[in-house]
This record gives sequence, C-alpha cells and structure tokens, in this order.
Amino acid sequence: MGEQRVMPLIEVENLGVRLNTSRGPAQAVRGVSFALKRGETLGLVGESGCGKSVTAMSLMGLLPDSAVVSGSIKLDGNELARLPDADYCRLRGNRISMIFQEPMTALNPMHTIGHQVAEPLRRHKKHSAAQARKEAIALLDRVGLPDPARRVDAYPHQFSGGQRQRITIAMALACEPDLLIADEPTTALDVTIQGQILDLIADLVEERGMSMILISHDLGVIAENVQRMMVMYGGTVVESGPTDEVFRRMGHPYTQGLFRARPKLGARKGTRLKTISGTVPELADLAAGCTFSDRCPLVIDQCRAALPPMVDVGPGHVVRCIRTDVSMAENVGALSA
Amino acid sequence: MSAPLTTPVDAPLAARRVPAKTFWGRALRHRSFVLGGSLSLLVLASALLSLVWTPWSPYEIDIASKLRPPSAAHWLGTDSFGRDIVSLLLAGARATIMVGVIAVSIGLSFGVTLGLIASARRGWTEEIIMRFSDFTFAFPAVLSAIMLAAVVGPGMVTSIVAIGIFQIPTLTRLTRGSANAIWAREFVLAARAAGKGAFRITIEHVLPNILSILIVQVTIQFALAILAEAALSYLGLGTQPPQPSWGRMLNDAQTLLFQSPMLAVYPGAAIAIAVLGLNLLGDGLRDLLDPRLARER
Repeated sequence: MGEQRVMPLIEVENLGVRLNTSRGPAQAVRGVSFALKRGETLGLVGESGCGKSVTAMSLMGLLPDSAVVSGSIKLDGNELARLPDADYCRLRGNRISMIFQEPMTALNPMHTIGHQVAEPLRRHKKHSAAQARKEAIALLDRVGLPDPARRVDAYPHQFSGGQRQRITIAMALACEPDLLIADEPTTALDVTIQGQILDLIADLVEERGMSMILISHDLGVIAENVQRMMVMYGGTVVESGPTDEVFRRMGHPYTQGLFRARPKLGARKGTRLKTISGTVPELADLAAGCTFSDRCPLVIDQCRAALPPMVDVGPGHVVRCIRTDVSMAENVGALSA
Repeated sequence: MSAPLTTPVDAPLAARRVPAKTFWGRALRHRSFVLGGSLSLLVLASALLSLVWTPWSPYEIDIASKLRPPSAAHWLGTDSFGRDIVSLLLAGARATIMVGVIAVSIGLSFGVTLGLIASARRGWTEEIIMRFSDFTFAFPAVLSAIMLAAVVGPGMVTSIVAIGIFQIPTLTRLTRGSANAIWAREFVLAARAAGKGAFRITIEHVLPNILSILIVQVTIQFALAILAEAALSYLGLGTQPPQPSWGRMLNDAQTLLFQSPMLAVYPGAAIAIAVLGLNLLGDGLRDLLDPRLARER
C-alpha cells in the first residue's frame, strides 16, 4: 500500500481487542491495520459480531474498561491506544466524532435538541451560550432540519426518526471533526430516508474535507459511499482495497458469499436468496487458522493450520486467502457495474 | 374546553386528552395522588400550625384534670398528666416531620451521591460502595439507634442520625440500579462520543433521567422514617420528654390501655394517616411521572 506514505490522518497498526465476555475472553479484533488520509473514506463491511463496531469503538476510546487493546492507533502521528480517558475526552466530539445506529435513542429525552447540538461547541470550542445557539441553528439548517430557528427548543420526541438522525449528524459535526465514524447510520431508518441521510453525510464529508469510516452490513451502501473498503470476518480483515476494485474482482470466498446473499431486483419469482452455510464463529472459541474455514466452500487442510497471510491481488487490493487462484478464477459474483 | 369537535367519535378522546397534557391536569384526576396529597398536607399543616398555635400548651401539666374525656375545652380529652391531646398531636406532627425531613435529607445526600459514583466509576469503586451499603443495610434503624444511644445517649439527634444512616443503603442501591440503566442507554454513549466526562454525563444525563424514580422513593422513605421515628420514641430512644412525639404518646398510653384505650388510638391514627398519605402520594407520583403509564391512562 505504497500511496499511503504521505502523513495519514489516522493510522491503525495491528490493532487487537480482547473483550471479557461472560463466556470468557474473546479476541474481538485481530491484526487490523489501515491508514486513512484526510478526506478519504473507508467502508467496513461484515456480519454482526465480526468486529466492525468494536474496531470503531476502539478508535473512539469507548471500549469497556475490561477490554484489552493491543497494537497502535495514531491520529496525526499521536498514539491514541491506551491514552488516558481525560485526554481522550478532548478528542472525542472535537477531532473524532461518531454517528450512531439508533437515532431514536441517541438523543437524551430530557434536553432540547438545541442544547444537545450546542453542547460540543460550548465544551470544546468554548463558545458562549448565545454563540453556540446561533451555531446550532446554522448546523441544524445545514443538515436539512426544517425551520431550525423555531424547532431548536423542541425535544427529541417531537421529531421523526430521519429528523433525529439529522440532529445527531449536526451534533457529530458541530466541532468540524477530522474523522467521522458512522456506525450503521441508516440501518434503523426507512429505506426512503436512507438515501437522503447518506447523501447528506457524503455532501458534508466532501464539503468539510473530513475523513470518514462508514460501517455497514449493506454492500449497496458501501459501494456508493466510500473510496476504499475492508471486509471483516471473525475479527480479522479478510479483504481490503479500493471499493470498485473489490467489487469488480472480489477475491475472498466470504466477500463473494456476502455478495451472492444480497437480494437482487429482477430475480425470478420463487428464487431463493443464497446463504452462506453455517454461522458466524463464536469469538470466544476461535480455532487457529482462517476464521472463515468452517464455512468456506474452498477449504483445504492448510487453511486450518494457520491464519493465512494477506495476498496482494491488485493495486492496493489484498485478500487474506491462500486460495485466491481458485476463488478469483471461479468468481461468479463479479460485478458488471 | 377546546375548539368545537367535528365528529362525536372524537369527543371522548379529545376530552380525555386535552386536559391530560399538563401534569396538574392529570394529577388532580388521580385518586390516590389526591387522597395521599391531602393526607400529607394535613400532617404538614398540623405541624406548621403547632408552631404558632395549639389549643393548650403541649407542655402544660394539670394533674387535677387528668384523663378527661373529650369536652368543649379539650376536644379529644387529656392524657395521664392532664395534657391536651389535640395539642400533643399537633406538636407531635412537628417532631415527626422534622425527623423525617432531616433523616431523608441525610439518606438522599449520601445515598444518591454514592449510587451515582458507583454507577459512574464501576469496577472496584462500585464493588466497595455496594458491599459497604450491604453492610449498612444489615442493621435496622432500631438496632443502629440502640447502638448510637449507648454511645452518645438517646435523643432526637440520635434518632435522626440512626434513621438517616438507615436510609442510605436503600437510596444507594436504587440510585445505582437506575443510573446503570441510564448509562447503558445510547444517548450516554453519544454523550461520551461527544467528549463528555463521567461527571458531566452524571449531572446532565443520568441524574435528570432518574429524578422521577428518586422523587417517588423519597415519599416512601419519608413514610419509613416516620414509622422508625415513632418506634424509636416509643422505645424511649428517640424524642425525649417533655418534647411531644407520637411515639412517646403511644408509650405513655400503653400502661393505661385498659382504662383509656383512646389514648393509644389517637397517636396511632396520626401515624397511620401520615404513613398512608405518603404511600398513596408516592403511588400517585409513580403513575404520574411515568410517561408510559400516563399514556395508557
């Protein structure tokens, strides 16, 4: 990945997270590395429990206290992993912001939306109350909330789901962060609203030159909104590369499976959706070897012996599979568009 | 009461909804809130009234007119020292409310603070606070009052402190439990993502969201404090004579239970009214402050 030698905004090296669950320690994230320059966008795809959100939370420094983080996370060259919480508080909401999945619960029902949007400004930028309020109204206007000057004093329950997500976006963007992490920002919304919210996020990212990490299990969302993508499975990155490249030449059997499992328009009536057989492995009892080996149609003994290395298959496109020769030759899921 | 209704179907719906919008609109319709509130106000009013006026002095002993039946001069009669019962009841309300207010304040300030700290810090801090609270919980108010009385002597202060300490663990547990539920909510995560520290989150997000639970619990705790105060005074560990108190009145009446049983009934009824009133008030508040229940009503 040669082109990333220019000072990256955020650089993650061999990130590992071990969570203490009721079923014993679980290695939720293993050896995740990536770098993101200012203005770049990265997508994280995978099923529930594959480590997407844990990766995001470790960037935010919001993992539970019992979590053990290894490896390194650098923001503008400064190490963030194991940073004291007080220092992290100065970054969160200021240089790194996050949009959550559930706009219905991400706002405090007891405070007006104006108060909640103005809060980060007062906190990080030391704005006066009046100044922060003015700024909050401008932000609410920018995210497309109708009549913001009047509605700034309304409470969250007076808004619809889509409007609330606009409000949380306004909160996240208040301090003009360098990095925006959007964790399934449209999953809880109506399909008709999803597109509008994603377009809004894309516009804002471009307008402010932010970097963005977009987390989704929806391949369509990833395809249209990010420049590069990483596919995660069982806490590891199984495929990574420029979005177009990954969709055109998908190398990992898991990526191909995900793609085939997606519902298609115009499929013949009665056609069943393809599934990936088996279930996501329990992170608490992962065997050595490829995390996908138990569900992989191409598995050979060697796959179970050790975690496969990243294999270069194209410009900036790597796949954690030792059978890319077969998988990429047989690839039936290749995109035409 | 509102704009003309278009269809008759809307009428009952609108009639139920429009006034239900305000808290007081709903409150005045709530039976146990109204009854509980009235009884509590009655006790409070008696205590306030006793500050400025009682029919006789509650301290005035008149052995010549002891154990009189109710009359125009003494509405509820006199006790074994010839003191006026009505005056004693009014002045007793004062002691009861004073002990209740101070003891619950002690319980609230320590209990809520400890509960919030436990919930915000988790880990060892939480463990230590909660085990400490379990330890305190094991001592009933009466037992701690006896221990305290043995060390510093019986009296109103002893009973206040003992009841106050007895209130702490209940409020610690309640606060910590409800606060933990709030900490698990996504808006707290969002607040953390916005860079707020544990202290700010506790003050701005956690406390306001558990306030209604605490308000309800305070009325219940107040009732418990009144019961405990009466019990301690009855045992001679609380309010000391000649300071009037309902518990002491019960104690005095005990030896005369067969000659003048009404002497025990009056303070007993006063205690029952105060406790019942506060419990009903608490029930009413719980319904009124819970938005989910309010909507179903």
